[in-house]
Amino acid sequence: MSRQKPSLPPALRPADFRPALPGRHWANWALPLALVLALGLFPLLTGKDVHRETMFTLLRAVVMAVSLNIILGYTGYVSFGHVVFFGLGGYVGFYLVAVQGRTLWEALLAGGLAAGLLAWLIGIGILRLRGAYFALVTIGVNEAVKAFIQNFDPFGGPLGLTMNFSVYQAYGGPRTMLQMTYYILVVLAALAVLLSYAVRTSKFGLGLLAIREDEDAAEVMGVVTPMAKTWAFVLSAILPGVVGALFFFRNGSIEPHEAFPLHLSIEAIVMVMLGGQGTVWGPVLGAAGYQAMRAFLLTNRYLKNIQLTVSGALLLLIVLFIPAGLIGWLRRRFPASRRVLL
Amino acid sequence: MSVLLQVEHVTKRFGGLVAVNDVSFELYEGEILGLIGPNGAGKTTLFNCIDGVYTPEEGRILFRKQDITGWKPYDVARFGMARTHQIVRPLADLTVREHVMVGAAFGAQSMGLRQAARVADEVLEFLGLAERADWLAGSLNVAQKKRLELARALASQPQLLLLDEVLAGLNPAEIAEMVATVKAIRNRGITIIMIEHVMHAIMNVSDRILVLDFGQLIAEGTPKEIAANPKVIEAYLGDPKLAERLMQGGE
Repeated sequence: MSRQKPSLPPALRPADFRPALPGRHWANWALPLALVLALGLFPLLTGKDVHRETMFTLLRAVVMAVSLNIILGYTGYVSFGHVVFFGLGGYVGFYLVAVQGRTLWEALLAGGLAAGLLAWLIGIGILRLRGAYFALVTIGVNEAVKAFIQNFDPFGGPLGLTMNFSVYQAYGGPRTMLQMTYYILVVLAALAVLLSYAVRTSKFGLGLLAIREDEDAAEVMGVVTPMAKTWAFVLSAILPGVVGALFFFRNGSIEPHEAFPLHLSIEAIVMVMLGGQGTVWGPVLGAAGYQAMRAFLLTNRYLKNIQLTVSGALLLLIVLFIPAGLIGWLRRRFPASRRVLL
Repeated sequence: MSVLLQVEHVTKRFGGLVAVNDVSFELYEGEILGLIGPNGAGKTTLFNCIDGVYTPEEGRILFRKQDITGWKPYDVARFGMARTHQIVRPLADLTVREHVMVGAAFGAQSMGLRQAARVADEVLEFLGLAERADWLAGSLNVAQKKRLELARALASQPQLLLLDEVLAGLNPAEIAEMVATVKAIRNRGITIIMIEHVMHAIMNVSDRILVLDFGQLIAEGTPKEIAANPKVIEAYLGDPKLAERLMQGGE
């Protein structure tokens, strides 16, 4: 029996050896990326503004869900207040453009940095908390930031800020600006998918998965858990911050209730759970599926008023019956798919 | 032989309960040290103090001549100590190989994923789990899960390995295999402390044995000395039959 050998066998087992890095397969990034690009470029084919606006909402959801998945799916920490990064990025970006006269590019950068910085501060402060306590605190942080901004005069207090439309002239006028910001979002969604894949298949990501499954065991195995969790949180916050800056630049106005709606956080969680937490594919499919369902509900005259109720019921059903989500269920049902379905 | 680990007057309290009371011992390089005692004697708590899961209220721990008291578990792990858990909780969605890669990648030799994959395959071969490398860890049976836990610890290439009841729940054939494995690990130059309830096995495999009872070290010596020690027999319920079995194990 090989197990009784006193020393290790040679490094390479001749025939069947392949470097097995968890989930590293071109299909695992190329196919979700292709889906995002296909969704993103579809309005180009139809040329209709209404399709572009629908897809803007959908891709925003993709970025939120894919980013949230880094902390929720990979690391196993439920961030209930994730919209705080979207809102803060939105405010910082909006302030720079509307009040300070900076460019959109600077606003996007600053929005991402502000969100990342907030996540880092929250991370070192509260990632010592586990499970439900962390989830509760993230809701508190969202409400606290919202309350702060409602009383923060440079950001317009409870009334918020509005953009002078002449700002858009620098970007080819409002019409061109709407096109341009849309394609920026397509690029951001593509980046989110690539980031998600890179994290999932890296050593850092392996450490996150270990934390998700058993944090005490991960510590004992040498995973520096406070640092890993904090960086996971920062990575999950940056792109929502950038998208916030982009969204409110396009929107032309910002106010606290629009920037920090708690239901957006919860919808993002539903999307991640629907598609499959902890996978690259899952949040992309979950966001697309959820937005399709939402569009159906909102346009149905009987169901439009109970749209959020349906989301809540959906979350309940997923947690009860397919906690692994669509992709997780497929991976378990068809183990052969695991290599190419991440 | 040089001293690898020194435990000096370590005390750990939980409220009014003294779980580990003024325990001191030394561990030499290349040794297999058995740690026995009745349930609730404080064996696992002592492990937790050594590898940084708990910080002892009193005393200090020197590992590789460095005072590691109060270090975090991940710092201790990266400094060359690995440990298996009594209750095996494998990560549900990872394969056996990926599990072992966690140990390799984040352990004492902190390495990249490719190298970790190679080390994982070597260790799985060594522990007879090579055919299971691509299985989901959740699908293993108890004996295999114990081996997986051991593989994870071994892949971190530690100098000191703490084994917490690796034999519990195994059948006699599996115990014999595991004992051979533990000896083989020691032959590779890794020092071992093992907590065990399976008496004949621990008597057979250990160079030296410590006995804990109510958090206190009540005996220390070779397996033979321990089996003949009246305090130890008393600690184990004063059962003369058990004493007899201990004697046989010591032979």
